[in-house]
Amino acid sequence: MSQLSVNHLLGIKYLNKNDIDLIFETADHFKEVINRPIKKVPSLRDITIANIFFENSTRTKLSFELAQKRLSADVISFSAAQSSVKKGETLIDTVNNILSMKVNMVVMRHANPGAAYFLSKNVKASIINAGDGAHEHPTQALLDSYSIREKLGDVGGKKVVIVGDILHSRVALSNIYALQMLGAEVKVCGPKTLIPKYIESLGVKVEPNLRKALEWCDVANMLRVQNERMDVNYFPSTREYAMQYGLDKKLLDSLNKEILIMHPGPINRGVEITSDVADSSSSIILNQVENGVAIRMAVIYLLASKIQ
Amino acid sequence: MFFSFIAFLILNLSKQHNNMSQKILLTSSEVNIILHRLACQLIEKHLDFTNTVLIGIQPRGIFLADRIASILTNEYNVKHIDLGYLDITFFRDDFRKKDKPLEANQTKIDFLVEDKKVVFIDDVLYTGRSINAALTALQSFGRPSEVELLVLIDRRFSRHLPIQPDYRGRQVDAINEEKVKVYWNEKNGEDAVYLTDNS
Repeated sequence: MSQLSVNHLLGIKYLNKNDIDLIFETADHFKEVINRPIKKVPSLRDITIANIFFENSTRTKLSFELAQKRLSADVISFSAAQSSVKKGETLIDTVNNILSMKVNMVVMRHANPGAAYFLSKNVKASIINAGDGAHEHPTQALLDSYSIREKLGDVGGKKVVIVGDILHSRVALSNIYALQMLGAEVKVCGPKTLIPKYIESLGVKVEPNLRKALEWCDVANMLRVQNERMDVNYFPSTREYAMQYGLDKKLLDSLNKEILIMHPGPINRGVEITSDVADSSSSIILNQVENGVAIRMAVIYLLASKIQ
Repeated sequence: MFFSFIAFLILNLSKQHNNMSQKILLTSSEVNIILHRLACQLIEKHLDFTNTVLIGIQPRGIFLADRIASILTNEYNVKHIDLGYLDITFFRDDFRKKDKPLEANQTKIDFLVEDKKVVFIDDVLYTGRSINAALTALQSFGRPSEVELLVLIDRRFSRHLPIQPDYRGRQVDAINEEKVKVYWNEKNGEDAVYLTDNS
């Protein structure tokens, strides 16, 4: 207790339940800090962090930057689009060049699964995975579970359904690991083409019918259809997807119970979720964003304490 | 320096003589008398506490703060006291200098400190670094007109910073290897202060 078992946050798979509990407890304190009139603490004033994003990001990048600034770390941000990566520089060279500027921690998003793991084995810095291809997105899963814990008191024993494009989703995999570690029951729901073939080996049940899935669950996490990762057509049309797997107010109201609606963003309004559902009282989408800053502060704080 | 040397000698001699690792500095009744004296000293300066707030420093100062506040309200009929707890973990200057990360506690300040007189309350004043961190942390809640410090135990000759208490329970001379432990009825089952050998 009181220290993480890992030196990098590469994925939820590498954490244990004590780690997650410690991150949540620390995040509780940071949530109080970010609601103060002055939302900054000086803990990390001698730490420099590089945010390296080889893929586009709005929320995650802003959330990490804000978390780092609230902890008083020095931050350098880097997007692959304006960099020498375009000139053919390798990942290790790029990162080592940044590290030679005395950087202690790297937050990286990359299109290739395992990129963060690879980096952690080859460079001397604490690595946080901000998404590696369709593999893991650990901070998103942590903030999702944290938001469930905040609203429902506990994650253990809750029923969570993850709806949509499971195949291309790093959020889904990290969420499955985190929710199961915390004792929740998980189902996935979506068109067969977007469900990975061996998903049941993770202890997850597949429910092809959205209404049945919603009637079963306490929490529905609606994922975005990741058109940018689809090289072939996985379903006939967006309209048909929205009819089969889109959540609208009518369907939500017809359930005989209250459920929490989550979405990792960005939302395709009218596809996986309609505007009235996204803005309804069941939706905790904006709470997720707020909690994202507290969770990332906690992760950075706990990892920074292990830097020598 | 001369005094600290004498204190060092006396303490070492008494240790050899008694061969004990724990020595009582204050008993329950002594703690009680001191708490009442400190409460009276606060009233002398702050009267009815309309513009004064008490802030206990987490984790151990909150017991003293609770006690002082309850003595003021129950025994000296002070009508209203603003009492808060301040956690200074994220403001400490020894983050990453210890083996484990510093574990945070709850901060509970549900009033404004802007233009208020603030009294920090902590159990032991040692190096002064906690109070230094508390002064930085307090800035997040506004600009107080004045900040004072109340401690139960003031360890002399051990300060790293120019910080002194405005109200003190007892001054203690102890060497660095020794630790002053304050026990509270609520947490440890008795009110007492011990000097223990840390080595």
